[in-house]
Amino acid sequence: MKSRDPSRASSVPPRREGEERDWSVVVEDGRAKTNEPVSSAVAEPEATTLRHEPHEPPRQHLPTKLFEKRTKVHNKRIDGPFRRFKWFVMFVTLAVYYGTPWIRWDRGPYAPDQAVLVDLANRRFYMFGIEIWPHEFYYVAGLLIMAALGLFLVTSAVGRAWCGYACPQTVWTDLFQHVDRFVDGDRNARMRLDAAPLGPKKFSKRTFKYTIYLIISFWTGGAWIMYFADAPTLVRDFWAGEAAPTAYITVAILTLTTFTLGGFMREQVCIYMCPWPRIQTAMMDEKSLLVTYKDWRGEPRGSVKKAQKKPGKFGDCIDCLQCVAVCPTGIDIREGPQVGCITCALCIDACDKVMADIGRPRGLIDYATLEDCENEANGEPTRSPWKAIFRPRTIAYFLIWGSVGLAMLFALGVRSHVGLSVSPDRNPPYILMSDGSVRNSYTLKLRNMESRPRQMEIAVEGLPDALMWTDTIGRDDAARSQIKTVPADQVLSVRAYVIAPEGTSTQEFNFRVTSRDEQQESATTETRFDTPGGEQ
Amino acid sequence: MANKRIDEPTGTEFVGHEWDGIEELDTPMPRWWLWSLYATIVWGVIYVILYPAWPLVNKATEGVLGWSSRGELAEEMSVVDQARATVREELARIPIERLPENSELFGQAVAGGRSAFQVHCSQCHGSGAAGSQTLGYPNLNDDDWLWGGDLKAIEYTLVNGIRAPGVDDTRMSVMPPFEGAFDSDQLTAVTNHVLSLSGKATSTASGAQLYQDNCSVCHGPSGEGNRELGAPRLNDAIWLYGSSPEQLRTQILNPKMGRMPHWSGRLDPVTIKMLSAYVWSLGGGEEFVEVAEDPAVEVDEEP
Repeated sequence: MKSRDPSRASSVPPRREGEERDWSVVVEDGRAKTNEPVSSAVAEPEATTLRHEPHEPPRQHLPTKLFEKRTKVHNKRIDGPFRRFKWFVMFVTLAVYYGTPWIRWDRGPYAPDQAVLVDLANRRFYMFGIEIWPHEFYYVAGLLIMAALGLFLVTSAVGRAWCGYACPQTVWTDLFQHVDRFVDGDRNARMRLDAAPLGPKKFSKRTFKYTIYLIISFWTGGAWIMYFADAPTLVRDFWAGEAAPTAYITVAILTLTTFTLGGFMREQVCIYMCPWPRIQTAMMDEKSLLVTYKDWRGEPRGSVKKAQKKPGKFGDCIDCLQCVAVCPTGIDIREGPQVGCITCALCIDACDKVMADIGRPRGLIDYATLEDCENEANGEPTRSPWKAIFRPRTIAYFLIWGSVGLAMLFALGVRSHVGLSVSPDRNPPYILMSDGSVRNSYTLKLRNMESRPRQMEIAVEGLPDALMWTDTIGRDDAARSQIKTVPADQVLSVRAYVIAPEGTSTQEFNFRVTSRDEQQESATTETRFDTPGGEQ
Repeated sequence: MANKRIDEPTGTEFVGHEWDGIEELDTPMPRWWLWSLYATIVWGVIYVILYPAWPLVNKATEGVLGWSSRGELAEEMSVVDQARATVREELARIPIERLPENSELFGQAVAGGRSAFQVHCSQCHGSGAAGSQTLGYPNLNDDDWLWGGDLKAIEYTLVNGIRAPGVDDTRMSVMPPFEGAFDSDQLTAVTNHVLSLSGKATSTASGAQLYQDNCSVCHGPSGEGNRELGAPRLNDAIWLYGSSPEQLRTQILNPKMGRMPHWSGRLDPVTIKMLSAYVWSLGGGEEFVEVAEDPAVEVDEEP
C-alpha cells in the first residue's frame, strides 16, 4: 500500500546515518507501537485507537489465511453452582420440549384433547384453555413481541443469559457434550482419542457415539411434529407408515439439523451463524452483567511457586488454564468480553474451585458489570450483582413487556365467541323482482368459537319492511330474522337474500347475529342495500 | 499486499477500509463455510442433471427425472378429475327431480355449475348471471321465467335451446310483427294498456279492446303471460327489452325474440344438470308444481 498523503510522508523523522532501524517497533508521536499481535488481556486500552499511519513503514505481515481451520472444543467436566443451574435449566427445557405434546386437556367432544396443539389442517391453535383462530393471529404477534422484549429485558439485565442457559443450541450442545464425555471420557481422553488413528476401538466408540447422537436427534425431530397433530395417534401412524409425507420429511430434516448443529457445529453456530450475539452486543451497556475476568486482580499471571518466590509481583491468576478447559465454546475469557462467550459461567465455577484450592478469594472470574469492574479496579465500592438487575432500563423493559402481556390477557378475556362477516354480492348489485321489489344477496359467515353447536339468530336491523331468507330457508318463510345452527368450532357460510319493497332507497343497514343460549353473545356488521333508485 | 496492518487486540489484519475511525478486520472464514460452498456446487450439478435446467431454443434440457411443471399440473388435474368422478357418476344416475333431496350432491352440482356457467354462459348472461337489458339477455337471478323456472324446465331449456335452428324440440314461439297493423292512436292505446297492467299508465277502452283482440291469446287477458309459449308476463316489473313507451312500441311493431343455443350435443348431461342446479340456485328457482308429488319418478339405480 502506498502512502496516500505525500505531505504527511515528509513528517517521518529523518534517519540518522548508520542507524539500524528496529522495524518491529513503530514510533509515532513519540509512542511506540508494536507490530506483533497482542492479546487484549495485556494490550493497553489505547491499542485499539492507535492507528497505523500511511507513511509508516510496512508492518510485519501475517501469512494470509482466507479460511480458518476449526479447533475442536473438548470441554472439561466441572461442578459448581453454575453448572448445577445449567443442569437444572437443561432438564426443565428438555422436559418442556419433549413432554408438552403429551399433556392432555379436556375440551369436550368437538375439540382435540391435546393441551398444546397447532392444528394447521383445521387452522386452530390450542394452548391449554386458550383457542386461537386464524383471524386472531395478532395474539401470536403479541407473543412474539413479548418474546423479543423478554430478550431485551434479559440481555440488558443479565447479559447473554439466554445464550448461556436456555438457547436450544446451547442446551443440545451441552447434551451432546455429555454424550461425548459418557462415551469417550473427559477432555484429555477425548483429545487422545481424536489424535489416535482409526482402529477397531476408536471405530466402535465412534459408532456408539453417533448412534446415541442419532437417537437424540431423531427424538428431537420426532417431538417437533407432535405439536402439530394428536400425539398418540401420530406416533401410531408414524410407525405404521401411515402419517403424512410432511411428517416424515420434517422429522428427517430436524434429525439432520439436530445431528449436525448439536453434534458437530456446536459453538460455530454461535460464533458464525447466529445473529443474536451481534444484536446483543449492541444492547449491552456498562451496566449489564457479564462474565468477566478481573485482570487488575489477575495480571500479571504467575504460578503459585513464582508468587512464593517473589511475593507481590504476581496477580491472582496462576495461568492454570482451567477456565479455557471447561469452556464449551473454547474461548479464553481472560481476553475480555467477546462474541464467542455465551456467558454460561462454567469458567466461574472452574476458577472458584482453583482459587479455593490455593486459598485465594473467589471471583477472579465473575459476573460483574463493566462499571463495577472499573470501580473495583480503582478500589471504589461496588454494588452486588443482584442490584445491577434493577435499573431504569430493565424496569422500563419489564413494564412494556408486562403491559403487552396484560393487554393480551385482557383482550383474550373479553373477546366474543361469535362473529359475523358479510360480503354483499356486487355482480349484480341488486335484482329487480317481478313484483317490483328489490332483492340483494349476501354471503354471511357465522363464526361459532365455542366447542359446541350453537343456534344463532340472524336479524336484519334497519331497512324498514325488509325480509330475509336463505339458501336453505325458502322465500315462503321470509322474515326479519332467521335461525341457523352453527356447528361447533366452525364457520358457517350462509347465502342470505334480503328483499325490500319497491321504492326503497339505497342505504346502509346491519346484520346482527345473536347466540340463542345463556351467553347471548352478538355481533353486528354493517353492509349496504343497493337499489335501482340510488340513495335519497 | 505489503503494508497490511494488524489489529493489535485480535492479531487480525485490516481490510484497509475505514469509516470515521472504524476499520474492518479481515477475519478469516471458518473452513466449513468453504465446504458448504462446495456442497452447493455439487448440489447444483446434481440438480442440472436431474431437473430441467439449461434453456435451449424451443425448450429447456429435460433432466433425467423427466419432471416438468406442466406434467405435475396434468397429474394434479387428473387426481382432481378422479375425485370428481364419483360425484359425476352420482349426478348421472339421479334424475333432476330428485336432486334437491340430496343436499350434499346438490351443493356439489351448484359448485360445478358455477364454473361451467363462467365458461359457457357468461358471454351472454354475464358472470353474475344478471343478463343485459340493452342486449336483451334475461337476468337469471330474478323470479321471472319466460319458459319456466323449476329444475326440469331449466334443464329442458338448456338441452334444447330457445329458437335454436335445426333442433326439433327447441323452445319455439314467434310473436308476429304488428308493423302496419295499428295506426298511431291505436299503437298509443295498446301501449298504454300494456303499461297499465303493471300500473304504469292508465288504460282506455279502445286500448283494452285492441289488447284483447291481438295480444291476450298469448300474453293472457290480464298480461299474466304463458310459459308454454314463452310469452312474457306483462303485468310485472321486469321488462326484458325495456319498459318505456318507445321501447314497448318498437317491441310491438318489430319484436325482438331472444335465441339461445341448444347444449345437448356440446355439453354432457351431467354438466347440463349442474348448470341447471346452479341457475336454479341463484335465488329465483321454483319448486316443482306437479312432479314433486309424482311418486312415479324414481331414482334410477343403474348408471
